[in-house]
Amino acid sequence: MAAKPTRPSELGGLADPAEFTAPIAIDGVEPETLRGYLRSMLKIRIVEEVVGELVERGLARAPCHLGIGQEAVAVGVSAQLEATDRVFGGHRSHAHYLALGGDVYRLLAEILGKEDGTSKGMGGSMHLHGREVGFHGSVPLVGATIPIAVGAGLACKMDGRGAIAVSYFGDGAAEEGVFHESMNLAAVLQLPVLFVCENNLYSSHLDIGLRQPSDRVARYGEAHRISSVTVDGNDVVAVESAASELIGAARRGDGPALLEAVTYRHRGHVGPREDVDVGIRRSQSEIQAWKGRDPIARVANAMQGHELLDEPALHAIEANLREEIAAACQRAEAASYPADSALLDRVFAETSA
Amino acid sequence: MSASETNYGSAIRAGFEYLLSSYPKVFAIGQGLWSPWYVGNSMTDLDRKFGRDRIIDTPVSELACTGAAIGASLCGYRPIVVHPRMDFMLLAVDQIVNQAAKWSHMLGGQVSPAVTVRAIINRGGEQGAQHSQSLHAWFAHIPGLRVVMPSTPTDARDLLIASVLCDDPVLYIDDRWLYERSEVLAPPRELALRDQRCAIRRSGRDVTLVGAGYSAFLCEQAADQLSAQGVDCEVIDPRVINPLDEATILASVNRTRALCVVDGGWRNSGFAGEVLALTAEALELGTLRVPPIRITLPDAPAPTSKTLEAIYYPTVESIVAAVANQLR
Repeated sequence: MAAKPTRPSELGGLADPAEFTAPIAIDGVEPETLRGYLRSMLKIRIVEEVVGELVERGLARAPCHLGIGQEAVAVGVSAQLEATDRVFGGHRSHAHYLALGGDVYRLLAEILGKEDGTSKGMGGSMHLHGREVGFHGSVPLVGATIPIAVGAGLACKMDGRGAIAVSYFGDGAAEEGVFHESMNLAAVLQLPVLFVCENNLYSSHLDIGLRQPSDRVARYGEAHRISSVTVDGNDVVAVESAASELIGAARRGDGPALLEAVTYRHRGHVGPREDVDVGIRRSQSEIQAWKGRDPIARVANAMQGHELLDEPALHAIEANLREEIAAACQRAEAASYPADSALLDRVFAETSA
Repeated sequence: MSASETNYGSAIRAGFEYLLSSYPKVFAIGQGLWSPWYVGNSMTDLDRKFGRDRIIDTPVSELACTGAAIGASLCGYRPIVVHPRMDFMLLAVDQIVNQAAKWSHMLGGQVSPAVTVRAIINRGGEQGAQHSQSLHAWFAHIPGLRVVMPSTPTDARDLLIASVLCDDPVLYIDDRWLYERSEVLAPPRELALRDQRCAIRRSGRDVTLVGAGYSAFLCEQAADQLSAQGVDCEVIDPRVINPLDEATILASVNRTRALCVVDGGWRNSGFAGEVLALTAEALELGTLRVPPIRITLPDAPAPTSKTLEAIYYPTVESIVAAVANQLR
């Protein structure tokens, strides 16, 4: 029996790609800040395109989940974070690492299974680590890092130094029981945790209308008495502004918060494909419509409208990034694999005398 | 119990007290920690002495609480997450097996969740299938997770301390059937868990008995009775079942040339089978004088009816009878 939508969207226009396509509002934002956002989003975009090519070339064999189209979420949230904060991600976390300032070469080396990678070549795309920038780990078990982030929030509270924990997850993870246990625990213990749901309206091949009675994930935060805000996740300034308020409250001791950023991935669940053939209701026309709400184009258009950027400058930024990233990729391809001894040496942190 | 002896439950409490007094980064989290009866006498009044910020009683959320302990451990804390019954801990298996045990390896050895997961085996008393399980073998199967099963009050205290001070994730399994076992305790010691070996609880010539946790206690008592029948048993208490100190077991079986493994878990793919397998693999052909035996639970869930319960668990008597038969 073919499933069909039976309920109107609670997200309304945020779930309708025909809306929210105009250049974003940037009044009052420093030009330097905007250039930083643009550069960071473009960097993430190009890195992930390169990762897609590595998959197509057969060099990256492990599952690579690309977040092309979702760059504004990580960049907007990270603008409010410090290296002492503790950030955790999931299976689609390249952007979370890079937006914090993670190293492109180390990410690509990790994806290729090389010793120089973020996880010394032991994790691949789905198990990243970059504590030096505040990224404490990502894993692909859906929702698994949510309670771990809550525990990091408990540590932040015990430390008493104003740091917070951030948990990135998707709309699919909102269907896991651990999400609710974790929000409840964080609320009861009043922990400084920002739950960031990147609601891209899909989990693997199924759209959210086939999986939940409402497409608005923030309702779960409200049920747990957590401050919850839904924003246009393809508007970096809106994301940053909402994150600023919620993170500020968490740092002041007001307890956890939930930020739902509505977005869309241009590629399929895994790999560089678009998944128009496997998505029950995913179509080329839907993907094209969402490309009209591209987070990078919208900030670039806004900057051009305010004469903060022109076409040649945009192309120059992009060309420089492509060159840097291509060089990093070449280095990563040439880098060494872990020694065979790594297979057993890293099972335990402590080894017997 | 004489006045100077301490029982197993109190010894666990002494371990907590030592850790909480000596190490500010240690805390405990789990269900029932502010209750006088969830965990026997093993944590009595710790919340009053050390405060409810360090002894955290929680919502009914085994999975999130275990994950939270792991998260705090990644940030430099030394949490002990307490599961008053191992059966309920199964709700937290993703965090124990997929997360705690794997983060060191899959993140290139750059982090290690120094978390202690305390699971209590609490069975008997007609509690039935979901309040009785000893699932240590499941967890000993997992690379990266140390599994500790103390059988004496001294080990209950000192291996708890060693588990918490270890940089690796540890599943520490204690058994309510041992809580009244008592002995005179020396002052607490800080042992390196990685260096702990099997204990030879009793030396003997005729047969090696191997059992972990409560099964070690059963083996010691069976050895006493068998001694009266002229059978000289060597009793090996593994103490840590992952990674397992195989050398001590193999050396003992090489001496006695007979092996009986007692285990409170099931037979199929269980701990007893593992010990038999490692001896079969490593010993010279013909070393064993008699076929090895294993005494385990029957492959059935724990019953509630007292008549069925009476035939379900290994006992001193069943071990004595089986070993006497084995050596006949």
